Amino acid sequence: MSQFNEMYQGAAVRVPYARLQDWVATMPQELRSLKQAEAEALFRRIGITFAVYGEGGDPDRLIPFDMFPRVFNAAEWGKLEKGIKQRARALNAFLVDVYGRGEIIRAGRIPARLVYQNEAYEKAVAGFVPPKGVYSHIVGVDIVRTGPDEFYVLEDNCRTPSGVSYMLESREIMMRMFPDLFRENRIEPVDGYSEKLRRTLASVAPRKCRGEPTVVILTPGHFNSAYYEHSLLADLMGVELVEGQDLFVDGEFVYMRTTEGPRRVDVIYRRIDDAFLDPLCFRPDSMLGVPGLMDVYRSGGVTICSAPGAGVADDKAVYTYVPEMVRFYLGEEPILQNVPTWQCGKPDDLGHVLDKLPDLVVKEVHGSGGYGMLVGPKASKDEIERFRLKLTEDPGNYIAQPTLALSTVPTFVEEGVAPRHVDLRPYCLVGERIELVPGGLTRVALKEGSLVVNSSQGGGVKDTWVLAE
Amino acid sequence: MLSRTADNLYWIARYMERADTIARLLEVGSRISLLPSAHGYRSEWDSLLQAAGLATLFARKYGDPVQRNIESFLFFDRDNPSSVASCLTAARENGRIVRTALTTQVWDALNTAFQELKQLERAERSTLELSRLTDWVMRHAAMVRGAIDATLLRDDGFNFLNIGYYLERGDNTARLMDVKYYVLLPRVEFVGSGLDNYQWTTLLRAMGAHRAFHWAYGGEVTAAKIADFLILNPQSPRSLATCAAGLVNHLGRVAKAYGRETLAQEKARELLAGIERATTDAIFDEGLHEFLSRYIGEAADLANAIHEAYLSGEMR
Repeated sequence: MSQFNEMYQGAAVRVPYARLQDWVATMPQELRSLKQAEAEALFRRIGITFAVYGEGGDPDRLIPFDMFPRVFNAAEWGKLEKGIKQRARALNAFLVDVYGRGEIIRAGRIPARLVYQNEAYEKAVAGFVPPKGVYSHIVGVDIVRTGPDEFYVLEDNCRTPSGVSYMLESREIMMRMFPDLFRENRIEPVDGYSEKLRRTLASVAPRKCRGEPTVVILTPGHFNSAYYEHSLLADLMGVELVEGQDLFVDGEFVYMRTTEGPRRVDVIYRRIDDAFLDPLCFRPDSMLGVPGLMDVYRSGGVTICSAPGAGVADDKAVYTYVPEMVRFYLGEEPILQNVPTWQCGKPDDLGHVLDKLPDLVVKEVHGSGGYGMLVGPKASKDEIERFRLKLTEDPGNYIAQPTLALSTVPTFVEEGVAPRHVDLRPYCLVGERIELVPGGLTRVALKEGSLVVNSSQGGGVKDTWVLAE
Repeated sequence: MLSRTADNLYWIARYMERADTIARLLEVGSRISLLPSAHGYRSEWDSLLQAAGLATLFARKYGDPVQRNIESFLFFDRDNPSSVASCLTAARENGRIVRTALTTQVWDALNTAFQELKQLERAERSTLELSRLTDWVMRHAAMVRGAIDATLLRDDGFNFLNIGYYLERGDNTARLMDVKYYVLLPRVEFVGSGLDNYQWTTLLRAMGAHRAFHWAYGGEVTAAKIADFLILNPQSPRSLATCAAGLVNHLGRVAKAYGRETLAQEKARELLAGIERATTDAIFDEGLHEFLSRYIGEAADLANAIHEAYLSGEMR
């Protein structure tokens, strides 16, 4: 499989990476080790760490940071930006539709079963249109690249995509460690993200809100692996970081408990799942939620971002139909392509998948974080057979995709610099306007040849540059 | 500010101050144990645990008060919620929860202490001298305090941090003085002897107040002067008078900012008035131990009132 190395075209260095060639060639080994240690110390001092669920071990583990940046030029980014915004618009239109009249289903463009029988379909909000018609306010679109002009969307994250803190902190650290690089290259800044996020959240204030809306971030608490991110965003936006226990419902509104008594809350950027929002509406056993929250939400007393029920749009089976959504709602051709996907729930597709299993990537429809997936070409015979069994038992639970030749970016490794596979997650903000900061989270599979970039599976992060025109 | 945030800030301060005190307590203990005494070092280490309110917990886990075990117990033991390690960890954990209410400098100071603690925990115990450990704690406590004073916004969060500091510091000063009571209790005839003075001096040293005391009073170290210095003198940074005044001040600022008074302000003023009314004669008439116990009890009542009014989130 030929792999696209984003730095090179044949033997020549591609333009966006031109200046990095010298940078890495002239960097002495000692300086490199020094800088790597400095980066790690900085990350640790900031406290940006990552805990992996179910793995135990050090809760203060760092995600490895690779100093070699990943670079896009203005033209490449321009295309991505258009494609991502288009997708974010279509996904939101789809959500408003499926909780409303369901036109796309009546038109026969997507199977009703896939939507209405979906675990992520929230009957509790059917018929309700959130402020500005936005369900997913932060859309994280995972993109992979296979050639100079070939980009594919791997999946959409419409609920609460995480990782944006790495985008922000990686940049801070790179600027601090290598100011010369930033003088020599004209790199678009990403630090406008928090202000844009705050504006986006304020723009979807609920109907009953008067005056400047009070925005809060709702976190499951400091044991959550993304807690650092929650607190960073709260800090950068200047809003309170609350837990369920800090909120309560009284009459038509939600309040937070403060040292001065109750204070009304208008917009909640929640970083917890639907199931834990309101024990009266969803899980009665949940300690995390706010009893009565959903009633206030439905009567226009508070906005919840992302809106409960947004998850039905980022389901891996629904994913197949996103290009169809773009055509149906926007009357446009999709700018970004999907990875060809087989729905194992369809008998024809299943037959094909079972035949080609060693060449395919198989994922659980509701899985995330790189868990419970099969990478055919890297798997042992036993693993493949185990998956074959799982597929036959519960085909509807799986999708399959061809193993893509993911692009690589030079990465610092033990022996020097070597190509490693990467993906990209930009964060698209949807409120009154649709905005995208020029950058995102580049994840890199640090193991040689590995295609799994998830931090829970030995992935690292890189700073992502978009060069100004 | 969120009640929970105020609560976390308050506890950061209390834990840091407590870690500082435990280190000082260890210093007192090791100095006293270097003295020839009538009843050997054993009972003195025991008195120290009594004063810290940790004697039962220690006895259950280790039995006899052997110096080395006491050092481990007070410094490293995670089963002891008041150990230096437990306090620094809890302070940092509270800090992590309220990162948004702290400056980078304050977080840095808290986090650095915690990271260095983890290194100390990995080090061979025999390479760690007690004096090095206690110095290390006091240095980090001062760094956190300094970062708070130098960089934090003077808002309600700053007041809740200070309320935590003054409450804990007053409680600790009272308890450290009480060590003397426990040490001397068995042999009344020591009072006023050279040994007595040496022990008082050690106590002053542990509070970092040795030099300050001599500047302020001069001459011989006596129980009356010490009580004046550590209880009544508003110039002394650790005196009960200073702590109570600090509480009145910061609670007053909170009340002013919020436009209403609570039971907490009233109790703080009572606490201060009780000290301002007192004289050294009256204190020794009542009994030093009794006076200190009363202070500790009243300060605990005040802590409850503060919790009710501001930290529990129940105020309407």
